[in-house]
Amino acid sequence: MAGTSNADGGAGIDPMHQFEVHPIIELPTIAGVDTSFTNASLWMVLAIGLSSLFLIIASRRTSIVPGRLQLMGEMSYSFVANMVKENVGTEGMKYFPFIFSLFVFILFCNMLGMLPYSFTVTSHLIVTFALAATVFLLVTLVGFARHGVGFLKLFVPSGIPVVLLPLLVVIEVISYLTRPVSLSVRLFGNMMAGHTMLKIFGGFVVGLSSAGLIPLAIAPFALMVAFTGLELLIAGLQAYVFTILTCIYLNEAIHMDH
Amino acid sequence: MEAEAAKYIGAGIACIALAGAGISIGTIFGNYLAGALRNPSAAQGQFPNLLLGFALAEATGLFGLIIALILLFVV
Repeated sequence: MAGTSNADGGAGIDPMHQFEVHPIIELPTIAGVDTSFTNASLWMVLAIGLSSLFLIIASRRTSIVPGRLQLMGEMSYSFVANMVKENVGTEGMKYFPFIFSLFVFILFCNMLGMLPYSFTVTSHLIVTFALAATVFLLVTLVGFARHGVGFLKLFVPSGIPVVLLPLLVVIEVISYLTRPVSLSVRLFGNMMAGHTMLKIFGGFVVGLSSAGLIPLAIAPFALMVAFTGLELLIAGLQAYVFTILTCIYLNEAIHMDH
Repeated sequence: MEAEAAKYIGAGIACIALAGAGISIGTIFGNYLAGALRNPSAAQGQFPNLLLGFALAEATGLFGLIIALILLFVV
């Protein structure tokens, strides 16, 4: 991540190199799908393993006065639980396990991506699109399961002139169908743009200092430190935004207060 | 005009999306600040909404970036 991973004299730094997927363990192609264990798989397994380990250790020895780890575990639990309660209501707690896993998975993927030399799983559109498509399917299925055909009323805004209805229904349907796209592109775009920017500034630092202009390299280096802080904020924020939008969509499907 | 040149010009034009993102982020933080100065006690409760609005506004700029990247690397 620090831009120096492929420093061959400064000029040849490719900011896109960090997003390359390469196999670690070659596995055969089954039914046209390459099943190789890649670096993307490795970091996904790491994210799941570390988050599970964190929550298991945090909840292993619980005491009334919590220790540091238990406090962190409880805080992450109550953070998501409050978000679900505020946005979906108590009925939404049925879906709490899904939303909590979604939040923790995205947060750990984003944060692990901030480690130098690591791979950011969420900077790949297919990963975020799979997550967003799961959310979209869940919301649609919940809506139809709870309201039946009446769920289609979601696309008909109330209290508007009949003349405008055909136009508005089309707009509502399109905006509903673009939800998985906007949800996935938001996370993907933020992670990819941020990491590319860090690499470009890293390239400036390496290029300037290898050209003997070390005093000039201080400015991009300082910017990189600031941007790394910003990226840490974005990593948490995007996990939060993805989860809260899931909650908002779920609320619409459950309550249809539209 | 060569297709290659048109690609780069298109990618550059796609970055105009950042103007909209800049305006919206400024509007959100400006209005939050104005509201927070009028009623500081209510400010803390609206902080999650501020972050949500910031992320939503920022994403529209990123859509422009995606178009630029598609033009540069896919088309």
